[in-house]
Amino acid sequence: MAIAEEIPRRDETGVSVVVRFCGDSGDGVQLAGNRFTFDAVRAGNDVATFPEFPAEIRAPAGSTAGVSAFQVQFGDHRVYTHGDEADVLVAMNPAALTTNLAHLKAGGILIADTGAFGRKALAQAGYRDNPLDDFDPHRARLVGVDMTAMVLEALGGFDMKRREALKSRNFFALGVVYWMFGRGEDEMLQWIGKKFARSDTVRQANTAAFKTGMAWAETTELMAFERPVADTVAAGERTITGNEALSLGLMAAAALADLELVVGCYPITPASDILHYLSNERDNGVVAIQAEDEIAAIGMALGASYGGAIGVTATSGPGMALKSETLGLAVSLELPLVVVDVQRAGPSTGMPTRAEQADANIALAGRSGEAPVPVVAARSPADCFHAAIAAARIAVEHMTPVVLLSDAALANSAEPWSTPELADIAPIRVPRARAPAGGAKWLPYARDARLVRSWAVPGTPGLQHRIGGLEKLDGTGEISYDGANHERMTDLRERKVAVIGERLDDAIEVYGELSGRLLMVSWGGTYGAVRQAVCDARQLGHAVSHLHLRWLNPMDDSIGDIARGFDRVLVAELNRGQVLERLRARFLVDARGLSMMAGRPFGRRELHNAIVKALNS
Amino acid sequence: MNNPGTELAATERTLSRKDYQTDNDVRWCPGCGDYAILAQFHKMLAAIGARKEEHVIVSGIGCSSRFPYYVDCYGLHGIHGRAPAIATGLKVANPDLTVWVVTGDGDGLSIGASHLLHALRRNVDIKVLLFNNRIYGLTKGQFSPTSPRGLPTRSSPAGNTDDPVRPLDFAVTAGASFVARAIDTDTTRLQDIFIAAASHRGSVFVEILQNCPIFLDGVFDALRDERGRVDLVDGEPMEFAGKVLGRNERGRLESFDTGHHRALIHDVTDRDTARQLAAIDDSSGLPFPFGILYREERAAQHEAVAGKGRLDIPGMQRRLSASSRVRRQTP
Ligand SMILES: Cc1ncc(C[n+]2csc(CCOP(=O)(O)OP(=O)(O)O)c2C)c(N)n1
Ligand code: SF4
Ligand SMILES: [Mg+2]
Repeated sequence: MAIAEEIPRRDETGVSVVVRFCGDSGDGVQLAGNRFTFDAVRAGNDVATFPEFPAEIRAPAGSTAGVSAFQVQFGDHRVYTHGDEADVLVAMNPAALTTNLAHLKAGGILIADTGAFGRKALAQAGYRDNPLDDFDPHRARLVGVDMTAMVLEALGGFDMKRREALKSRNFFALGVVYWMFGRGEDEMLQWIGKKFARSDTVRQANTAAFKTGMAWAETTELMAFERPVADTVAAGERTITGNEALSLGLMAAAALADLELVVGCYPITPASDILHYLSNERDNGVVAIQAEDEIAAIGMALGASYGGAIGVTATSGPGMALKSETLGLAVSLELPLVVVDVQRAGPSTGMPTRAEQADANIALAGRSGEAPVPVVAARSPADCFHAAIAAARIAVEHMTPVVLLSDAALANSAEPWSTPELADIAPIRVPRARAPAGGAKWLPYARDARLVRSWAVPGTPGLQHRIGGLEKLDGTGEISYDGANHERMTDLRERKVAVIGERLDDAIEVYGELSGRLLMVSWGGTYGAVRQAVCDARQLGHAVSHLHLRWLNPMDDSIGDIARGFDRVLVAELNRGQVLERLRARFLVDARGLSMMAGRPFGRRELHNAIVKALNS
Repeated sequence: MNNPGTELAATERTLSRKDYQTDNDVRWCPGCGDYAILAQFHKMLAAIGARKEEHVIVSGIGCSSRFPYYVDCYGLHGIHGRAPAIATGLKVANPDLTVWVVTGDGDGLSIGASHLLHALRRNVDIKVLLFNNRIYGLTKGQFSPTSPRGLPTRSSPAGNTDDPVRPLDFAVTAGASFVARAIDTDTTRLQDIFIAAASHRGSVFVEILQNCPIFLDGVFDALRDERGRVDLVDGEPMEFAGKVLGRNERGRLESFDTGHHRALIHDVTDRDTARQLAAIDDSSGLPFPFGILYREERAAQHEAVAGKGRLDIPGMQRRLSASSRVRRQTP
């Protein structure tokens, strides 16, 4: 087990800026945010994004329930989070302002479409008076611009209805923001040309709106942003969300194993996009089936694995609960299977679009009987690619189901992405069964040195056998109700997962020294925020290190030794201490928990305060 | 488990019914209808000259679901009710296999009814054999979704209060592309149906009435009598005990004297009549139809969803590069 004692590099701090776009769901703020992010990456910045969608699909236009927001932090150094508060807030209507003003930092810049603050819209947002009149200059610097009127005027010559024309307001806003941050106009215009190639009117309207926004910013001598972000990191070629990276990772794993990828899914937020992405890959050999429910989805995946493919199913909490029995069968059958759980806030339906990490327990232990399953958690959107390969590799090479944990924030957030080189990734070895030489009998439950049984795919002559969920005799796989054999099989299934730990060189990652005053522990999607907070604390000279767990099972033996090197250990997780309890029980260390159940990732300041408190306690 | 050496040699010669048996002791109760079904299944495999490695039996949980352990081909004994889902994944991953699903009335029509419905409607190329003993056998005698109304069982001491589901009606309505019924003791018909099922491309549903001498002995005795049953033959009138099934002026099925002008000629492609035949139950006062009720050719699911052009590593590398086509500006 390798411990990467990474010494902080200098590029962990530098200049970064947070921009937040908000408006009605029809205002195109997601598109604006994504586009702005894309060009930031292209210009050479690192980024982290956080989209927030309205809870309802078709909330009334102009209502607070219909507000959509997109936040991005970009910087000239490693950017780990989307930022606690925005330097610049772009508000397209009163409802967006009232729900998002709290995200703007004191003294920040508020760009608002004054033309959208009519009486009716104000009333819908619950404002009696127009908040832009007498806006407190200490709260923020208001840049009011009548985008509505200027867009209508600019598009006056187009054959468009007013409502259609107003859809280009997001491009006006983008024009303003692009000018502020000195982003080039050419790429945007090229992109508009391609994206809206099918409609001349829309293409020309968006182009005109964007140019008008830029020109307005320039002629009004709107200040360029006073903290320019250097274009130095070259973090990637494009951005990618967690769900897209995860889908590509599964495909890459299938190629690395030279196996077919069969995906069974039942739609559920926030995992559905994995089904959507993979449904598009039929021409690349992917079989994606929308099943009748989550039980069928995992059944299909398991059946496909039995048939010699990599079977995958992706879901979220409620679906995870339904898959439990089949996951237990997969443990008993010892077949490869990848179960993706994109965690959302629970219990029950909970908050479907909000992030949480409260499925650690169900992933680790949510089955009847003793049914150990390896569990790996992705730590950032782009990391979902590598985590998916890791999950599939262990599933196939060790003939076991594996749970891959992501969450609602990773799923939809984006970060920079460069095309990975598959040649740099080890191929996945498939433990295919072969008829033993000399006429000896092939045994379905005979194991190799790593306790892995071999995979005899139906259709292979001479290896016919029967397997099932009944306990089987060690070796032959015949049904057995013998107590001593059950004890042995239980032990084998447990050790089989435990030995996987010996080969994982990415099980844990340590940042900073191996001893000190405080060890911050994270797993999964809290990685970025914890790393950022630890960097901050170290800048201030505190002896704080960061331990990140990639695999929750098997858990690396060295964790206890590392933890004992620190005065205090704080485990930050978006649940009530599920992994904390495991660490305490397993390693007998006096770790404490930092829990948050707010349906969102930790903020930098929250963690910073927790670190300071822990250091002072 | 067989010795692969001898087995490879064995596939060269014609196999007999015994060659498809396994070494496992068959554990059904003495007199259980499952034995007869198993024997016919072995015989069918021999009759069609089945290669052992090309057949897979997937089952759920129940007495009936022990079936895979007794046939020397590939087999997966799954969990209660989920066999159709597992079989679906198996078939799409490995379309060359002949996939059988063995299920019970509880396994297939209670806990697993939804999966069965969807597999049949999708026309998944699997052959579902539902052993209907109208009782829960393995859990020792509770009523099942096909138990007669009023039946006293361990969980319905005052008599079952539920109306039974009609399995064939369910299957035709769900959209199975092959629907048939047989009874454990009618070995010839069972054999014929198995052979026809083996070569059908699409979702097969065969209800096999199976006596459970322990918990519901004799429940099908009336159907063993020629007055209680009509044996369907494609292109022939639906004759039974000197009578014939026909359609009355209200469009309903009724029994007529043989030769009556309202007599129906069985047409396996006629779904409307199949629906009416499938709806015959304890209360219809009509003979139960046996044989193939319905059969149609339509695209099977695995053909519709099959992936094309699986990517190797260089192919996947190209796929990844394509998604990053927009390159970073060189400063
Ligand atoms: C999830 C689950 N619930 C309940 C059971 C218990 N169980 C096993 S078989 C069975 C009913 C079987 O009845 P049927 O399908 O008619 O099969 P038979 O035994 O009559 O052949 C039940 C309820 C189980 N194995 N799994
Ligand atoms: S309980 Fe009934 S169905 Fe089960 S094996 Fe015995 S006789 Fe057959
Ligand atoms: Mg039964």
